[in-house]
Amino acid sequence: MTPAVSCRAIGKIWRSERSSADVEALRGITFDVAPGEFVVLLGPSGCGKSSLLYMIAGLEQPTEGTLLAHGLPIGAPSADRGLIFQEASLFPWLTIAENVGFGLSVAGVGGEERRARVAEILRSVGLADMLDKKPDELSGGMRQRAAMARALAMRPSILMMDEPFAALDVQTRAKMQGFLLDVWQQSGASVLLVTHSIDEAIALADRVVVFTARPGKIKTIVPIDLPRPRPPRDPRHHALRDLFTDLLAAEVDNAFAQQESGAS
Amino acid sequence: MSTDAIDATPSRPPEDRGGHGAGLASLRQFAWGVISVSLFAGFWEFSWAMGWANPLLLPPPHLFLADIPQTLKYFDTSNRIGSSASGGGVMALLKTVGWTTMRVVLGLILGFIAGVGVGALIRYFAPARNLVLPLVTLLAPISPVAWLPVSIFLFGIGDVPAIFLVFIAIFFAIVLSTIGQIDGVPINYIHVARIMGASRFQTFWRVVLPAILPSLFMTLRLNLFAAWMVVLIAEAIGVGSGLGQIVAVARATFNAKLVFFTMAIIGLVGFLFDAALREIQRRMLWWISSSKTGASL
Ligand SMILES: Nc1ncnc2c1ncn2[C@@H]1O[C@H](COP(=O)(O)OP(=O)(O)OP(=O)(O)O)[C@@H](O)[C@H]1O
Ligand SMILES: [Mg+2]
Repeated sequence: MTPAVSCRAIGKIWRSERSSADVEALRGITFDVAPGEFVVLLGPSGCGKSSLLYMIAGLEQPTEGTLLAHGLPIGAPSADRGLIFQEASLFPWLTIAENVGFGLSVAGVGGEERRARVAEILRSVGLADMLDKKPDELSGGMRQRAAMARALAMRPSILMMDEPFAALDVQTRAKMQGFLLDVWQQSGASVLLVTHSIDEAIALADRVVVFTARPGKIKTIVPIDLPRPRPPRDPRHHALRDLFTDLLAAEVDNAFAQQESGAS
Repeated sequence: MSTDAIDATPSRPPEDRGGHGAGLASLRQFAWGVISVSLFAGFWEFSWAMGWANPLLLPPPHLFLADIPQTLKYFDTSNRIGSSASGGGVMALLKTVGWTTMRVVLGLILGFIAGVGVGALIRYFAPARNLVLPLVTLLAPISPVAWLPVSIFLFGIGDVPAIFLVFIAIFFAIVLSTIGQIDGVPINYIHVARIMGASRFQTFWRVVLPAILPSLFMTLRLNLFAAWMVVLIAEAIGVGSGLGQIVAVARATFNAKLVFFTMAIIGLVGFLFDAALREIQRRMLWWISSSKTGASL
């Protein structure tokens, strides 16, 4: 089966005016994401996780290597590869319904059909009553669900999320994780999610890709074969949590050392 | 899993506009306004009563507001060049104010649209940036008043030079503000637009423009007073009608009552104008809360 996403020896160097200040964010990243798979990217700050998502989204180009989506080279951005940011990034001048319908309207989907699809998708994310509200009037969790709805309205086969729940409080975060699993199972899309939270990785992932400090390389890939839903207190999590903590600790130390020596 | 239990409380309750609190607050604000103006008028009247202020040169409010019908004679109903006091009355006053306002509004609208257009061109097209930006940067600091002779050379006497001066007063500020604000648009907005497949034009029209509009409107409001100042100067010199012309006549005929009466009208109209813009801002640009745009000023 063709992988949904295929990274082959991806390298990314952020060029700056002075070549001495170039930043090598990623080096030799190779891994595949199967259709319908849930992959979590875990790594110290600054190791290039966001850069990788941006490249898969088509917003940035890799300096080295090949990126494929469903076997085809990734060029321009496409609504088939949705990207959700930490900040909801809803347009504050549009209502929730208009925000969710933005992609459809750009794609020229007409008024009636658009309204119906927006209403349906908002119902499925539990925001049916919020159609005419402004983003300002929603809580952080609701805004993030609206942002998901905006991406899902385009029926993407790949859904990328860059620390989507990092700004939410713990309770909301747990609810949103359950909610995301529902959405993922219903849509059948592949999910690529960046997080700093080991617990979040264990709660969600089919596989966890652990990165080294910058330049980010793949340190290891850990499959998580626990059935879902995964209650947070499950004793089987302990071993995994210890594993990830150890894997990250060394890298976080490296990242700090780099920052202190002014390499950032 | 059911989702409706997730944080059903909005972060901020919809505000209660026009509720008791708001009504009381605006009443209080109004009261302070009255007190502030009364204090000033009282001081003036006091100076007059004490014989410090010569009533011929500095007639206090009760004098220049006393004989309004007489004063209104100086206002003319027609927008003719060089027309002198023939009509008068409240209608004439309103018409004079109307003409001046029309010039300001037209100049502001044209300057705003042209400013955004040129600003966007400079920001997005390198040739435009290279060709036009140096010129704009050079011309921007020149006071609109300095353009007065130019506008009369170019357009002669009439409405156009006044409108042109208002245009100048707003245009450069909007161009520079547009260039700056476009860079301040959150990059995620642009990313979302690109992922959704928006063309460059769609991205500008549907994402960038709405995102920068509130700040541009603030620029417009900040330059409103400059626009009012230059329109009066233009009218006094290059148009021959409107409030500016009345002030010029009053000065030439040494009519202090008329000077202060017209000044009072100008102040009032300027105030109403700003209030109108604030209201437009509140209704059309609601997505920026008033605290962020200073609409509560
Ligand atoms: N647009 C850019 N231009 C220049 N350098 C960039 C850009 N984006 C990221 N970088 C640099 O690339 C490196 C990796 O950044 P990136 O944001 O991908 O890391 P990250 O793993 O997402 O970090 P975090 O966990 O803090 O979000 C950093 O050193 C960053 O400064
Ligand atoms: Mg990041």
